[in-house]
Amino acid sequence: MTEQLLTVDNLRVSFHTRAGENQAVRSVSFRVGAGDTLGIVGESGSGKSVTAKAIMDLIAAPGEVLGGEIRFRGESLRGLPQKKWRQLRGNRIAMVFQDPMTSLNPVKTIGYQIAEVLRRHKGLGKEAALKESVNMLRKVGINEPERRVHQYPHEFSGGMRQRVMIAMALSCDPELLIADEPTTALDVTIQAQLLDLLTQLKQQSDTAIVLITHDLGVVAKVCTRVVVMYAGMVMEEGTVEDIFYRTGHPYTQGLLRSLPQRGGANRERLVPIEGSPPDLIDPEPGCPFRERCPYAFEKCGELPPMLETEGDGHRSLCWLLEGGKRTLAQALEERGEAAR
Amino acid sequence: MNRSKWRNVGAELMANKAGIVAILVLVVFALAAAFAFLSSKDPNEMNVMEKLRHPGAAHWFGTDDYGRDYFARALYGGRVSLTVGFLAMILSTGIGVTIGVISGYFGGLIDSLLMRFVEIIMSIPSFLILLLLSIYLKPSIGNLIVIISLLMWMNISRIVRAETMSLKEREYVLYAKASGQSSFGIIGRHILPNLVSVIIVSATNNVASAIMMESSLSFLGFGVQAPNATWGSMLNGAQGLMFSSPYLAIFPGLLIFLTVLSFNVLGDILRVGFEPKLGKR
Amino acid sequence: MSDILMNDAISSKGAASGAKNDVLVDVRNLKKHFTKGTDIWGRSKDVLKAVDGVSFQIRRGETFGLVGESGSGKSTVGRCLIRLYDYTAGEVLFDGTDISKLGDKQLKPYRRRIQTIFQDPYSSLNPGMNVLDLIGEPMNIHGLHKSGEERKESVGALLERVGLKREHMYRYAHEFSGGQRQRISIARALSVRPDFVVCDEPISALDVSVQAQVINMLEDLQAEFGLTYLFIAHDLSMVRHISDRIGVMYGGRLVEVADSDELYENPLHPYTKALLSSIPIPDPRAARTSSPLIYDPRGAAAGGDQELKEVSPGHYVAGY
Repeated sequence: MTEQLLTVDNLRVSFHTRAGENQAVRSVSFRVGAGDTLGIVGESGSGKSVTAKAIMDLIAAPGEVLGGEIRFRGESLRGLPQKKWRQLRGNRIAMVFQDPMTSLNPVKTIGYQIAEVLRRHKGLGKEAALKESVNMLRKVGINEPERRVHQYPHEFSGGMRQRVMIAMALSCDPELLIADEPTTALDVTIQAQLLDLLTQLKQQSDTAIVLITHDLGVVAKVCTRVVVMYAGMVMEEGTVEDIFYRTGHPYTQGLLRSLPQRGGANRERLVPIEGSPPDLIDPEPGCPFRERCPYAFEKCGELPPMLETEGDGHRSLCWLLEGGKRTLAQALEERGEAAR
Repeated sequence: MNRSKWRNVGAELMANKAGIVAILVLVVFALAAAFAFLSSKDPNEMNVMEKLRHPGAAHWFGTDDYGRDYFARALYGGRVSLTVGFLAMILSTGIGVTIGVISGYFGGLIDSLLMRFVEIIMSIPSFLILLLLSIYLKPSIGNLIVIISLLMWMNISRIVRAETMSLKEREYVLYAKASGQSSFGIIGRHILPNLVSVIIVSATNNVASAIMMESSLSFLGFGVQAPNATWGSMLNGAQGLMFSSPYLAIFPGLLIFLTVLSFNVLGDILRVGFEPKLGKR
Repeated sequence: MSDILMNDAISSKGAASGAKNDVLVDVRNLKKHFTKGTDIWGRSKDVLKAVDGVSFQIRRGETFGLVGESGSGKSTVGRCLIRLYDYTAGEVLFDGTDISKLGDKQLKPYRRRIQTIFQDPYSSLNPGMNVLDLIGEPMNIHGLHKSGEERKESVGALLERVGLKREHMYRYAHEFSGGQRQRISIARALSVRPDFVVCDEPISALDVSVQAQVINMLEDLQAEFGLTYLFIAHDLSMVRHISDRIGVMYGGRLVEVADSDELYENPLHPYTKALLSSIPIPDPRAARTSSPLIYDPRGAAAGGDQELKEVSPGHYVAGY
């Protein structure tokens, strides 16, 4: 068992709206080991971004963290004073957002902005910090860093800006990098290059990464462990192989099957998950996926626990897996049901 | 479609105590102004013996430096101020919205010409425009409203133009265009209804400006002539006596303040009611 | 109730098959240049060549996919086809008629026959109108159902056809999810029984599980009403699934056109190769062994000739 870097237990976050309390995250737990790349996948409204923001203490009104425990190297992050947060954020825990333009100051040069981080967190002098920012830009694959370091954000393309954000985030050798949909706004070719970069950087440092995404292709490319979220809850967690090849939860199975299959048979009909996610204002008790689940039975009216599934540390929130460690496909076979 | 929107507005109003108070205030003020003639006192009758009396049973709002009953003056003054405030708001909004929508929607040369025109007017001091207009227009309430509106529409037109420019790029507008909807159909069905909240906010702000502008115009001998009262002119007249008789400033000031506040509260309710999304969140 | 729709579909299909030509849309050397920024009198200063000489044909009943990255000009081509823009040069023949120079009045019948579904389910429906008015608008414009009752009936039938409920007619757009909104957009486009639908990234803003619902629906409707689609997208795996033929755009030009399986299995243009190698594969073993190719436009531009050439039957490549 690797040392746990970040543990999240029973996290609950709600947003107070006019229509009522929107329970965006209800009871989310997971662990990130040192050196892990954890993917949190889910559709819009699954609570994946809210979870990331809660870890970084970035939930603002009308949102509220109602309960749960978040520990970073064993130290509780909840209720940590702002002063301590400033030492932690950007230094030991860094974050990259979807839209780099909103995170960069348009009237300061790129070099100044990276250097500022280095000076604040590493206490480098002006000269040394600028030199180090050139190094960082080179590391994230930006050509002619000596020249580009003096340019402004608007002179960079979207993909280049995101590289700058990663350079900035990594400049202090954080122990944990939280990336919230870092490639969603980018073109596929740029996305592919950026994912390649993340994989390479991962091999050079032992920074753990939490990658939040809706794209299973991105997860398959860079993640070692995966948490699948739906309607504010964790549906399944396991290694990337567990999730893709030993799927435990009907929702994960549905997600995988709704993608077009590769290969010649491209005209085969897609298998969507019918229906839409539940309303998180006054959600009904029981499994949140049961309304859309093709295998739902009476017991699903009651919320299942996370049950052991075939694989190492592989668990799924589904009654079908009760009574023995196995995959969804095996469980269905036992019940004499074909996969639907 | 409008039925449900008005129902929204109604529900929003009922749920909002401030809204009910605002309506009451405006209704009371309007009735008081309309039925001012029922008051036994003449607002313009001077009485040197009674000058600068503090508020009391005989004179509810006291008397001014000519000994005129301040309450009666406030009643008659309300007629002018409320009429001017309301009608100038309507007229200036009408001009501003028309020009703003045309400029923003059609763009190009029309937009450049109209916006240069707006900038030119805004860069000329109001005083100069007033002096010029006063040569041609006789002082009357009607002309007063026209002049105030002509001085006030530019801000609305700029806000409406900017909003129209962003609305016309929305995909529902593009869809309507691609489906063969005419320009006026698009403006009427897709642009104007979605401008309502922006318009209401600027329009309610204009009520306050109009009431205040009326007072300075009247002070310049334009519009309502002395000795007839308006809230603005009463406030102006109180300037020199601010310390000895503060009530002279307080009463008209309070009336203007309550009127403007009520319009703003109502404007906010209309805005929320018209935008179903805001209501839900 | 859906009889109304069915009959009309048959009649419009009948008219279509009456024509000899099997090409419905013929785009010839289309150019659309935008002017970036204007001087104080509204005169243009800079020119952006969004679409710079594009030619392709769409056959009746097929789905033509158009892929490319942001700024490639694919959406501009779509908007030219629905005549949101006047063209800088070139022409578009729709069912044999050049629509590039038609005025508003002559264009109107084509505005019915060419419909569109936009990308953003949040900005494509007017928030101030209920579903009945939204779907009824194009019908009104083209005088399709004169009486209110008839229109209501027709909107109800359309809603049921796209998997919504009749009662949803009086709701507003914000009361629906992204996928449901996109169904409303589809119903709106179908309400005037078009022949050709320009789908401008109709699923990019939707969740994965909902994307499949919408794609299936588009395919069903195509079969039922004999529709022809232009499907613009950047999600290459979905485009392959839905399209019969695909055109790849880069920098305002088409660099490759081929049948979809041929394009994915045998890409010839270096940009197409780079694009296809960048698709994130939802399969860890395959994803980890593949690495993306990088396209260097400078090398390609040096080739000079950017005309499309047919290298094998139906497979066209630029500068090959």
